[in-house]
This record gives sequence, structure tokens and C-alpha cells, in this order.
Amino acid sequence: MTQPWQAVVVGIALFATMAAYALFTGADFGGGIWDLLAGGTERGRRPRTAIDASVTPVWEGNQTWIVLGIVLVFTAFPTAFAAIMTSLFVPLSLALLGILLRGIGFAFRHEADRVRTEQSAGALFAASSFLAPFFLGVTVGAVATGRVRTDRTGNVPDAWLNPSALMTGALFVAACAYIGAVYLVGDSHRRGDEGMVRYFSKRALAAGVVTGVFAGINLVFLHNDAPYVFHRLVGAALPLLIVSIVAGATALGLVLIRRVWLLRITAGVAVGAVVAAWGWAQYPYLLPTSLSLREGSAPTASLNAELVVLVMAAVFVVPSFVYLYWLQQHEKLVVTEESGDLVRAVARENKTAARPKRPHRVLEAMVIGAAAWELLREAVARMRRK
Amino acid sequence: MLTAIGTLADHAVIPARSQMGASLGFHIIFACFGIAFPLPMLVAHWRGLRHDDASALLLARRWSKVMAVIFAVGAVSGTVLSFELGLLWPTLMGTYGPAYGIPFSIEGIWFFVEAIFTAVYLYGWRKLRPWLHWWTGVPLVISGILGAFSVVAANSWMNQPSGFTLSHGRITHVNPWAVMFNRATPWEVPHMLLAAYMVAGFTTAAVYAVGWMRGRRDRYHRLGFLIPFVTAGVCAPVQVAFGDSVARAIEQQQPLKFAAMEFVNRTHSHVTEWLGGIYVNGKVYFGLGIPDFDSILVGYSPDAKVIGWRSAPPRDRPQLINLVHLAFDLMVVLGIALLVLAAWQGWVWWFRRAIPETKWFLIPAALSGLAAITAMESGWVVTEVGRQPWVVYRMLRTSDAVTTSSGVPVTLVATLLIYAVLTCVVILVPWLMARRWRNQRPSPPEGAESAPPVSDARDDEPVR
Ligand code: HDD
Ligand code: HEM
Ligand code: HEM
Repeated sequence: MTQPWQAVVVGIALFATMAAYALFTGADFGGGIWDLLAGGTERGRRPRTAIDASVTPVWEGNQTWIVLGIVLVFTAFPTAFAAIMTSLFVPLSLALLGILLRGIGFAFRHEADRVRTEQSAGALFAASSFLAPFFLGVTVGAVATGRVRTDRTGNVPDAWLNPSALMTGALFVAACAYIGAVYLVGDSHRRGDEGMVRYFSKRALAAGVVTGVFAGINLVFLHNDAPYVFHRLVGAALPLLIVSIVAGATALGLVLIRRVWLLRITAGVAVGAVVAAWGWAQYPYLLPTSLSLREGSAPTASLNAELVVLVMAAVFVVPSFVYLYWLQQHEKLVVTEESGDLVRAVARENKTAARPKRPHRVLEAMVIGAAAWELLREAVARMRRK
Repeated sequence: MLTAIGTLADHAVIPARSQMGASLGFHIIFACFGIAFPLPMLVAHWRGLRHDDASALLLARRWSKVMAVIFAVGAVSGTVLSFELGLLWPTLMGTYGPAYGIPFSIEGIWFFVEAIFTAVYLYGWRKLRPWLHWWTGVPLVISGILGAFSVVAANSWMNQPSGFTLSHGRITHVNPWAVMFNRATPWEVPHMLLAAYMVAGFTTAAVYAVGWMRGRRDRYHRLGFLIPFVTAGVCAPVQVAFGDSVARAIEQQQPLKFAAMEFVNRTHSHVTEWLGGIYVNGKVYFGLGIPDFDSILVGYSPDAKVIGWRSAPPRDRPQLINLVHLAFDLMVVLGIALLVLAAWQGWVWWFRRAIPETKWFLIPAALSGLAAITAMESGWVVTEVGRQPWVVYRMLRTSDAVTTSSGVPVTLVATLLIYAVLTCVVILVPWLMARRWRNQRPSPPEGAESAPPVSDARDDEPVR
């Protein structure tokens, strides 16, 4: 059965958005995880500073990927969206809680530093870095099992309370930690901070190994829980899976020999390929095996509208995003800044400046007078008429 | 089984509506700043660069710091909303997503652009060239307006759904243009944009009005008051005039909502206009009634007929009539009050180039931000509660749209708790910032010959 090409293109764009979310926001979450694991205030100071300088300027932009993903789903694949949101109400609410707390932690972190709530705010920020990727992973895993269906109402606990969904959650956390560490290796390298390069390299290596192990275990679980996706993963989608595995393994080697840019690229390829593999393994289903693309997609005009939106994204968002990262990578975006010079200048100015006064008292009096005169005349005229 | 599911859904609808209302009511305040705060900031920034004006430049810098916090809260609360559309109203999205989703997708693009350039602008103060940096703020103004356009178009689509064909409960054809530019769009979008500029402007000005009252009458506070007050004040008269047309449009497009706004129970002419008051069993208590005036407002004549809610079967009638009516009156009263305030400042500025010194001006000015926010929130109550029992006007009932999942009461409590805490923090943090900034300013130089040296005046210590 062929699928409408527009639906396929929007579907690909959706997976690309998810890959971007995994890479960019994944690095944010990873930063939060390493922040939590950085130890006490004294010991963790240097890594935390590095994480802050790398994550903060781009946080705002990264945040939006998931929103783009959501609107794509509910416009292009509305029935699947409704089913997922109903069946997986609980894990999605928890993921949302994580995203919310993450943002709050981010927004107030710098202020919180000053009023000595640092510890608790930092912990909040970091704990949410586990919550969000874990439950987003659970959601993805639950959809793969095929237990999210359009014909079920209410919460469906067995869709996500199963080994493979939970394992997918754990896998997402490990992957975020890995991506975050790789990103931080690169940034520390650029800043010439050898100590931090070593620090994050070690962690990238560890997280990479854990991610690989989790992925292996999850494949076993998928065999039981998600037969359709499993069979396509080791069938049609196998090449992509292999690309991902090879890239992942290469990246581990690159960490050891410190090839920073190559490392980032291969890590990106590993993540991108695994997202693509998952998408291809689900094809042609939105919800395996109960809702196919054809049955689940919106009318053509809506899909075309989404294609226009994607073109708009390519024209407006992608260049801006590249510009943002270009500035960040060239250290043009600075989280702190001093205004001492300005404060002094203002003080001087206020001392000397006599404020210019140009009151038009006469004009004002004339206008008031004229208005009063008009009112009076009007009143008199009325009385006469009566 | 079916009835069990039915009662379950009935139970979810009240918490779900409360949660949606709370989340939106919270988000919209930050959204207003996202839309309208960049403009006064860029004006101050422009002045600072163009005239080498240190006060203006310092204002722009500090405003951008506050904006960083506000924008982050706006972004996460917006993300919460986009989840909630599905978590709370799966039937709405599942059925109408192909139409209703289009404006949201376009909104996504503009807010993405806005988020990116916010980051560039916020963190670019030190290393970007000054005018290039100023220009990175311009996309904020544009994308804010375009984004607001799209999301309010989504809301007006709920009020006047159009641009789709429904067959067997599924949308089969969509006309995206007709979705975006439905009959309510030309009324709601400008009204909301003006409201956003009023909220952001009056709220910011209010902060400096307090400083002014406390005797901090320097150029810094003068500019800090005037720039946002003027942007908001210019909008005030336009808003009131435009609001009047909005009301007439509502009378045409959603007569039952209008009936609730004006306490019109049965269709008749010579309708009394009620100011305030409470409607109980066909009588209005405590209200000030102006005979015939409602008919005159609607049709320019006492003989004009106004449709009442009794023209509809009971289950299609608006609920919570008193809330809708009082919210509408509150919005109008506050709109007119803000107009008067703006006119006062306009007058004094025109003739005396000054800020009125009397408490009779300054105290209301210090409250103007709160008033604008209240007016805006009540406007939304009119729109949303007045549309009930429909989510999509005349197409989908709210009670049919709600999720079948249990658990909404829990998320409702969590939402209320988190947003309550967050509200306190959002107020506290700028207050702390301001206190710190004040401490780094040498004390008011009035007469004092030697201001204390400001050696370690920093806005931010290096990150830890
Ligand atoms: C600062 C805010 C503000 C002020 C001063 C006013 N409004 Fe307003 N009003 C809004 C902020 C707002 C709003 C929050 O932005 C709403 C909600 C939905 C919308 O599009 O705008 C709104 C909605 C709204 C509606 C309902 C639209 C609908 O149901 O779709 C009407 C009839 C009016 N307004 C009328 C007025 C009148 C006659 C005003 C004259 C004084 C007025 N508004 C002042
Ligand atoms: C931004 C300011 C807004 C506020 C303050 C607001 C307020 C509310 C309130 C109070 C309710 C509950 C209605 C009731 O209890 O009777 C509600 C419901 C709802 N609103 Fe809004 N609303 C806003 C804007 C929007 C926008 C822009 C949209 C969508 C585009 C929207 C979509 C909904 C939906 C889907 C519901 C649930 C269904 C319903 O009860 O009508 N709202 N909103
Ligand atoms: C159901 C209704 C709504 C949804 C789903 C929604 C969704 C969102 C989302 C996801 C964001 C975050 C974008 C980012 O990451 O930067 C956002 C921000 C924003 N929203 Fe909303 N929104 C809604 C209602 C509104 C309304 C009614 C307005 C204004 C008229 C509005 C104006 C804005 C603006 C200006 C921003 C960007 C600035 C900021 O973050 O403060 N939104 N919205």
C-alpha cells in the first residue's frame, strides 16, 4: 500500500525535528545531568562554570524544537496525537513537569545564585534533566510496542509500564548524558581548558559505553514487547542501525584520541541514524500496527500547509539557528557583563544635567480658556433654545 | 461501561477547564511581554546609541536582563500549553487538528525565530558591534507580532470556525487561508496586539512611577517611565475605540455571548444597558441601568433589536452569565481609566514637558500595569467563558472534547501549585535585581557634591 508523499515528507520532517531535539536539547539535558553529578559546591565549580557558559546562550533556541514537533504531529497526524496524549497521559505529564522545572531552574538560576538558594535551585534544574528525557523516552518506547491504539480510551498503563518502554527511557537519559559530554568536550577544547577536556572526555566515554549497553538490552526487550518494530529494526532498518553502531563506536575511539570536531560529527551521525532507524522501523505506521500513515494523516491541504511551514522553517529558522550557534562557537555570546562604566556615566550625567524646561504655560492657558469658552457658549445656546 | 466512561469524562471537564484557563491566564501575561517589551527596549537602546545617552543605554541593558527571565518563563509556560492542548482536549485536536493546527504551526515558526534572536540579543551586549547588536533586536518585534497574529487567529477560529469540510466526524477538506483569516480574526488580533503593548508598557512604567514617587527623580527614572508609558498610552485610545467595534462584531457573530455580556435574556428592542449588577432569575440587582442605551449602542436607535439567550435551547445557552458580564464591564472601565491617565500625561507633556507631580497621577500610574493586566485577563474571560458550552463554536462541545484519561485533577493541583510559586518568584526576582541595581548607584546626587565612587559596580558577577 503506497502512502501519500506529503505525509511521508512531513513524517520525515517530524523525525528530523526529533533528531534535532535529541541533539540540541539532549545536550542541554546532558549538561544538567553532569551538573547534578559534579559533586559538592567546591569540587563542582569548574565543570559547572563550563556547563553554564556552554548551555545558557543556546537554551532559549533549543527549547523550541519540541514545540515544533508537537504542532507537526497534531496538525498532520491528529488521530495518532489524540491517542498518544490520552493513553500516555501519565508519562507525558511527568515529562512536561520535567521540561517545566528545567525551564524554571534555568530562568532563575543566576538570580538564585545570589540569594543562596543555589543548592536547591541547582538540584531542581538537574533533577528535571533526568525526568524529561526519561519520560519522553518512555513515550517513544510505548508507541513502539503498539499498545497505543486509537480504539482505546482512558489511560493505558500497560503501554508504558513494560520493560522495553522503561528501558527506552533509561536509554534516552544515557544518550543525553553522552551527547552533553561530547558537546562539552568540544567547547572546553575550544576554550583551551585542557583539564575540562579530560574531565568531560572521561564522562563521554563512560556514558557512551552505558548507552551502548542499554541499547543492546533494549533490543532484547523489544523482541518481546514490540515485535513489529523489532523485526524491521533487524530487517529493513538494519543498515541505519549499523551506521549508528559504527558511528557510536568510532566516536568512542575519537574521544580517546581527541579529535574534537570529528567526534561531534560522528556522535551526531550516531544519534541521527538511530532516530532514522526507528522511524524506518515504524514505517508505514504512525502507531504500529493499528494506524498507518495513510489512515492517520490529515487532508492534503493541511499537509501542504505543513510543507509551507517547513519551507518557512528552512528560510527563517535554520539560518537564525546557525547564526546563533556560530556566535556561540565564536564566544560572541557572553552570559555575564558589567555595566560599571554606564552606572558611573549615569551618575555623572544626573549630577550635571539641568533638565531642559520648555513649558508652554501661555498656550496651555489659551487652550483651556478656549475650551471653557466653547462649553459656556454651548450651554448658553441650549438655555436660549429652551 | 459507556455510562461509566461518560461520567468519568464529565468529571474531567471542570478540572480540565480550570487547568486550561489557569495555564493560559498565566502564559498570556508573559506572552504580552514577549510581544511588546522589545519595542520600548529598542527605543531606549536606540536613544542610548544615537545620542550617546548613558541613562537610556543602562535602561535597555537592565530591561534585557529582566526580559531574559520573563522570556524563559513565557517559553516554558507556552510549551506546557502545547502539551495541554493534547493532554486535556484530545478530541479537539484529534478531530480539528488539520484545521486548527495550521495557525499553531505558523506560530511555532515565529516563536522559534523570536527565541533565537532573544538569545542573541541578551547575550550579545559585550561582544557584538553596537549597531549590529541593536539590529538583532528588530526580529523580536516583528516575530512577536506575527506570532501573536497566528496564535490569536487560532483562538478566533474557535470563535468563528471556517475553512474546512466535516464528514462523518472527520475533516476531509481544508482551506488554510480561510482558517487563518476567519471572521473573528480582524477583530481579535488587533485588539490583542494593542492589549499586549498596553500591558507591557504600563507595567514597566509603573515600576518607575513608584521610584518617582519615592523621590528618585533623575533622568534615568524619567526615561524609564516615559518610554514605556508613551508606547502604552498611544495604544489606549485606539484600544477603547477598537473595543467598541469588537463588541458590535460580537453582537453579529456570537449573539449569545453578547447577550451574556449585556444581560439580555429575551430578544427585544429598547434594551437596557446594565453597568455592573448581578443577574438572578430574570432580575438584575445592584446594577446601574440606562434605559434603551444597549439598543442604541448596537443599532444606533432605541428600536434596535438585540438577541437574548432565551432564543437558544437551554443546553446551548451561555453559562456563568454574571462572570461574563462583570468581566466585560471591568475591562471597559479599566480601559477608559487607562485612557484618561494617558491623556493626562499627554496633556502635561504637551504643554509642560514634564511628568505630573501630583499623587493623584502617580498612584494610578503605579497601578496602571496591574489595571492593564486585569483588563486583558477579563477580556479573555469574556471570550472564553462567553463561548461556552462550545470549544469550537457551534461545532464541538467542551464536554465532548475533554480527555478520557483520569488524572486531570492531579495535574490541575500541580499546575496551580507550580504557577502560584512561579508567580511569586517572577515578582521577587526583578525586585531583587532592582534592589541590587539601586545599591550600585551612587545615592541621589541632588546637591551632593561628591558621589561615592562606584568601584565594583557590576550587573553580574562572573558566573560563580
Ligand atoms: C489592556 C487590555 C484591554 C482593554 C483596555 C480592552 N480590552 Fe477588550 N479584550 C482584551 C483586552 C482589552 C483582550 C484580552 O485582548 C481580548 C480577549 C480576546 C481578544 O481578542 O481580546 C478582549 C476581548 C474583548 C471582547 C470579546 C471578543 C471576543 O469574545 O472574541 C470585546 C467585546 C471587547 N474586548 C471589547 C472591549 C471594549 C468595548 C473595550 C473598551 C474600553 C475594551 N475591550 C478594552
Ligand atoms: C491567552 C489568554 C487566554 C485566556 C486567559 C484563556 C482563558 C480560558 C479560560 C478561563 C478557559 C476556561 C473556560 C471556562 O471555564 O468556561 C479557557 C478554555 C479554553 N481555552 Fe482559552 N484563554 C486564552 C486564550 C486561548 C487561546 C489563544 C486558545 C487557543 C488558541 C485557547 C483555547 C482554549 C481551549 C481549548 C479551552 C478549553 C475549552 C473551553 O473550556 O472552552 N484559549 N481558556
Ligand atoms: C493555546 C494557546 C497557546 C499555545 C499553545 C502557546 C504556545 C506557546 C509556546 C509553545 C511558546 C514557546 C515558544 C518558545 O519556545 O519560545 C509560546 C511563547 C509565546 N506565546 Fe504562546 N501559546 C498560546 C497562547 C498565546 C497567546 C494567546 C499569545 C498572545 C497573543 C501568545 C503569545 C506568545 C508569545 C509572544 C510567545 C513568545 C514570547 C515568550 O515566550 O514570552 N501565546 N507560546
